[in-house]
Amino acid sequence: MATLNPGAPRRKPSLSKKTREALLAYGLLSPALIGLIFFTLIPVLIGFMISLANFRVVFREWVGFDNYARALAPDSEMWPSLAATITYSFISVPIQLGLSLLLAMVLYQKLRGRAIFRVVMFLPYITSTVASAAVWARLYSPDLGLINSIIKALGGEPLKWLLEDKGIFTLMGQAAGITLPEGVTGPSLAMVAVIIYTTWVFVGYDTTIFLGGLGNIPNEMYEAAKIDGAGSMQLFRHITLPLLSPTTFFLILVTIIGTFKAFNHIWVMTQGRNGTNTAAILTYRQMYEFQRAGYASALAFLLFTLILGITIFQQWYGNRKVNY
Amino acid sequence: MNLAPPAPAPARAPINNLNRANPLLYIVLVLVGVIALAPFVWMLLSSIKSFGDFSFVDFSNLKNIGKSFWPWPPFGDSAPAFNNFAEAMDRIDRSSDYKTLTGIPLFVRQFINTLGISVVTVFGVLTTSALAAYAFAMLEFPGRNILFVIVLITLMIPEELVLVPRVIMMYEPLSAEAAIGQDILISLIPRLGWQNTAMALTIPFMTSAFAIFLLRQYFMQIPKELFDAARIDGAGHMRYLTTMMTPLAKPAIMTVGLLQFIGSWNEFKWTQLVTRTLEQRTLSVSLQNFLQTDGGAEGQLAMAVAVLIVVPIIILYFFTQQYFVEGVAKSGLK
Repeated sequence: MATLNPGAPRRKPSLSKKTREALLAYGLLSPALIGLIFFTLIPVLIGFMISLANFRVVFREWVGFDNYARALAPDSEMWPSLAATITYSFISVPIQLGLSLLLAMVLYQKLRGRAIFRVVMFLPYITSTVASAAVWARLYSPDLGLINSIIKALGGEPLKWLLEDKGIFTLMGQAAGITLPEGVTGPSLAMVAVIIYTTWVFVGYDTTIFLGGLGNIPNEMYEAAKIDGAGSMQLFRHITLPLLSPTTFFLILVTIIGTFKAFNHIWVMTQGRNGTNTAAILTYRQMYEFQRAGYASALAFLLFTLILGITIFQQWYGNRKVNY
Repeated sequence: MNLAPPAPAPARAPINNLNRANPLLYIVLVLVGVIALAPFVWMLLSSIKSFGDFSFVDFSNLKNIGKSFWPWPPFGDSAPAFNNFAEAMDRIDRSSDYKTLTGIPLFVRQFINTLGISVVTVFGVLTTSALAAYAFAMLEFPGRNILFVIVLITLMIPEELVLVPRVIMMYEPLSAEAAIGQDILISLIPRLGWQNTAMALTIPFMTSAFAIFLLRQYFMQIPKELFDAARIDGAGHMRYLTTMMTPLAKPAIMTVGLLQFIGSWNEFKWTQLVTRTLEQRTLSVSLQNFLQTDGGAEGQLAMAVAVLIVVPIIILYFFTQQYFVEGVAKSGLK
């Protein structure tokens, strides 16, 4: 440890100075560390303990891993909600990141007014999700919503959006008059509506971070490649994409975790109905509506294990693929 | 601003500009800008429509399209219903007897709650994190690495995992007779009795591993020679932190502060779980409740409430956006 580094000769005078520095350090650290330990680390232990108990407002009994067994049972409500979470995540992450990379590439050019645009683009991200989800829920309203009005004006059939539990493939099949095989339903239209909202909220944030990453690529790289005769597609494929990969991997991770935790807007828009009952909604409902603290804790731990697994896989994969 | 590319060679700049000023790109930008802004504009317009105008949506001819968005002259002949704001507050008041008892509208009380919680949390996080970050960045002490690992571990724990136990920690302490029959392990859970208090909404959030980490990274970039110079001038650590480090780390501090403010202002899930009475609640919870009642039937009132929640944060954002966008751009780089 660094404190042991200085040689012996100066030991005596520096010892008291060192002690004072250490005491100061502990003093400065204690508010933050006490807070983190008491409100984050200890709750993790308590949470695990409670997940082994039947705990509904008051402690009833220890049940071992029964809560986990219940969550993992074949007919458990966790599986459909996990499917909903994964659908939400795996559709919205590529859409979000693809769009924002595109937008970052556009904004990185010398365009007039891009400063204003970057401020505007960020607005959805800073706004209260409860408020903006309430606005979008109105826009999606089947009778009076702006979106359906536009569809009708363009000659299309109005949709039920957040109230639609049918899959989009089923709906497309219906519209085209084709009967699709059983099981090919696609995500519910309500889920698609939530994904569109999510994209609206986060594209500005993702773009801003991509722009930070683009700014870190040295211009000389491009100049050198241009001298070698590289075209703009080649520049993008062989310079931009590889050198941007640390940012991309950071964003993939943050966005996946974000979709697994997503709660506020889903709660406001559908309260988990119509195929949007994600794991975060399910966990919250167990605690808020049914006061099942033990079961809710077990669900939270299972979800955390899944997120941890994704993170570890992503780091491992990233270390092989990312060019630092 | 690290985002602007390094100044190109002057001779080439005009050619680049010509190449880059592609009108198609502007069309894309304007389109995306409109999509980003449209819901806000719609919310603002809706918030001052009468119920009839709010429900009027007809895209069959141009005049009615105009009227659907703008029911006031020249497209329609309605007058703006600015009293929607008062009406919405009045409806919120009717959900409890708070106003009759205190004379203060419930919405005003909830607004003050939200503002107070956000401000206190921001100052709490900035203080605890700046002090800790300074210790990690500038001081030598036994156990530094292990304590920093603790911070990093906390950084990785998602809030969802600790939500339920934190709620239980807010419960009332067990009474003497209840404690006797209680399981020994369960009785070890600290119970603070903070349910339905402002303490529950602030104190657990006054520390942030993310803030400590971000500020430490920033502090470490500031050259140590500066401290040596300050030391010669007789400044100790605390004076150096407040008079030198803090101003130099302003972008990082602003970023952390703003992110925290927005997070607290928009907080919903936790508040809903630990508050029971309406006068302890915040605007987000209030709006969600309102949507389930009057706001659901009369959308223009819900939009009026949404405007009142969103406008303060947008004003704050416009005054601080230069720190904010830059800070977020950098936070992704580590």
